Amino acid sequence: MAPTQSTIQIVPTGPGRHPKRVKSELMRQRLRAAGWFLVPMLVALAIVAGWPLLRTIYFSFTNASLTNLYGAEWAGFKNYLNWTVLKSGRVIWSGLLADPVWWNAVWNTIRFAVLSVTLETILGTVVALVLNAEFKGRGLVRAAILIPWAIPTVVSARMWSWMLNDQFGIINDLFMMLGLIDHKIAWTASGDTAMIAVLIVDVWKTTPFMALLILAGLQMIPRDIYEAAAIDGVHPIKTFWRVTLPLVRPALMVAVIFRLLDAMRIFDLIYVLTPNSSQTKTISVLARENLIDFDKFAYGSAQSTMLFLIIALMTILYIWLGKVRFDGGDR
Amino acid sequence: MLWTYTKTTSFYLLVAVIVLVSVFPFYYAILTSFKSGTALFEITYLPTHFSLDNYISVLTTGSFVRNFGNSILVATSVVVLALFLAVTAAFALARVSFRGRGLLLMTILAVSMFPQIAVLAGLFELVRAFGLFNTPFALIFSYTIFTLPFTVWVLTTFMRDLPVEIEEAAIVDGASPWVIITKVFMPLMWPALVTTGLLAFIAAWNEFLFALTFTSSSETRTVPVAIALLSGASQYEIPWGRIMAASVIVTVPLVVLVLIFQRKIVQGLTAGGVKG
Repeated sequence: MAPTQSTIQIVPTGPGRHPKRVKSELMRQRLRAAGWFLVPMLVALAIVAGWPLLRTIYFSFTNASLTNLYGAEWAGFKNYLNWTVLKSGRVIWSGLLADPVWWNAVWNTIRFAVLSVTLETILGTVVALVLNAEFKGRGLVRAAILIPWAIPTVVSARMWSWMLNDQFGIINDLFMMLGLIDHKIAWTASGDTAMIAVLIVDVWKTTPFMALLILAGLQMIPRDIYEAAAIDGVHPIKTFWRVTLPLVRPALMVAVIFRLLDAMRIFDLIYVLTPNSSQTKTISVLARENLIDFDKFAYGSAQSTMLFLIIALMTILYIWLGKVRFDGGDR
Repeated sequence: MLWTYTKTTSFYLLVAVIVLVSVFPFYYAILTSFKSGTALFEITYLPTHFSLDNYISVLTTGSFVRNFGNSILVATSVVVLALFLAVTAAFALARVSFRGRGLLLMTILAVSMFPQIAVLAGLFELVRAFGLFNTPFALIFSYTIFTLPFTVWVLTTFMRDLPVEIEEAAIVDGASPWVIITKVFMPLMWPALVTTGLLAFIAAWNEFLFALTFTSSSETRTVPVAIALLSGASQYEIPWGRIMAASVIVTVPLVVLVLIFQRKIVQGLTAGGVKG
């Protein structure tokens, strides 16, 4: 399951025991076929991913607008950073690197990604450990935790915004009844709690995915290790820290990285749950707002490009770390 | 003795909490969807009302039925297209060794990590240039960006694990790579195709950003966009009953599918290591 290993793994290919000439003829035929098989997929990806990405980057260096895509003029780095010196000698900075709104979105994105992934990892590990134990009704529990995962994000956002409603929401009612709060909270509307609301919904929806990935890692740990630990009288909690965690770490790391990259690009949940809150506006939401709603197409492109760069950097870091650290880990 | 008893009890308590938290929001959405009028604003934990008003209203007014059809059309077409392109590509990536294969697999994985917003501007231009704006084809076209890498990746993982002997036997019998794929591997691949197809279907069914951006009229929207934009007469009057009814209609098919194919989905998710 670790992508880095899959590429390193040696793959069974063709017959290896044939006479040399036959083999090379066969190999050539197979290579030709492989080429033809790959072309449609590669062309599709180039049209739908490669070209649009290049165009987005290009637009970020122009002054394009929604209504004037083709007449756009080259603007250099103006969308990123620009300065004008006034007669008085004062320098005015502009461009997204000098834009507090942009930095607010960056901060929101990072805050959301780190907090949600941390919570999901902890809760996911708990759920995975529960599912790894043998008990009656385990299948039922696994079915139940798949439900949040199967519900479309937009739907779960609306379901929760009803539950978190300040006047008629069941969460406020429940918390008041339990004595956790003494007045009704406008979870999604108030700036203090908007991020908490987003985190609750995201954690609810994505913990199952995390739990299943961690569970897959847990199930690869041989049972006799636990037996040995039990015979030696090791305390279960110590067994968890010293045996389970180190052995499940490769699977855990892959899950964390995937979720982190995914959380960095979050859009739909925030767009639907807290549409107007500056406390939760992430890079994706901000960039789309500029691209489509505010008719600052070039500026939005620059923000999109920046997000791409951030995620690309994280991916490269992951692949690089993956080669060094996860070899022969979990497969 | 007492200690074991407490341990078992707390374990089952934890299990109960997990199940309750997972299921409750969906249960509450169903409960709300059956309430109408002022009953909607009375907080109840157990079902008290049963009225189909919200469902009738959602299905007869507005374009929800049309949106549902759009979603089915888009998601099905995307799955067929992605599987068709991915099966042959996966054969090449899994069974033939050639230079640069590792790099190619890496690139495909990288594409699946693309933030969708990064291609939005470029895709917007393409969609308009091809005259696809505000049609389902815009979505079928653009959804390839996340369904294709995912299907290629999972099918490659699966095909790599098929035994070499089968392929050798076919080669000895003079089968070409195309025949090996269609006649030898395909019958073995059905479980994997179903799993991958299902995961791609769910991803396409749930997609929001492209659907929101590339459609502009209520008839061409897909279900997630329709639900997100469902509003009442004024900005402050949110039709919660109808929203919940629509949400239930959209989610029930998915939940049923997921519960039927539970085991397969778990396998597919862990094999792909990619969010479905």
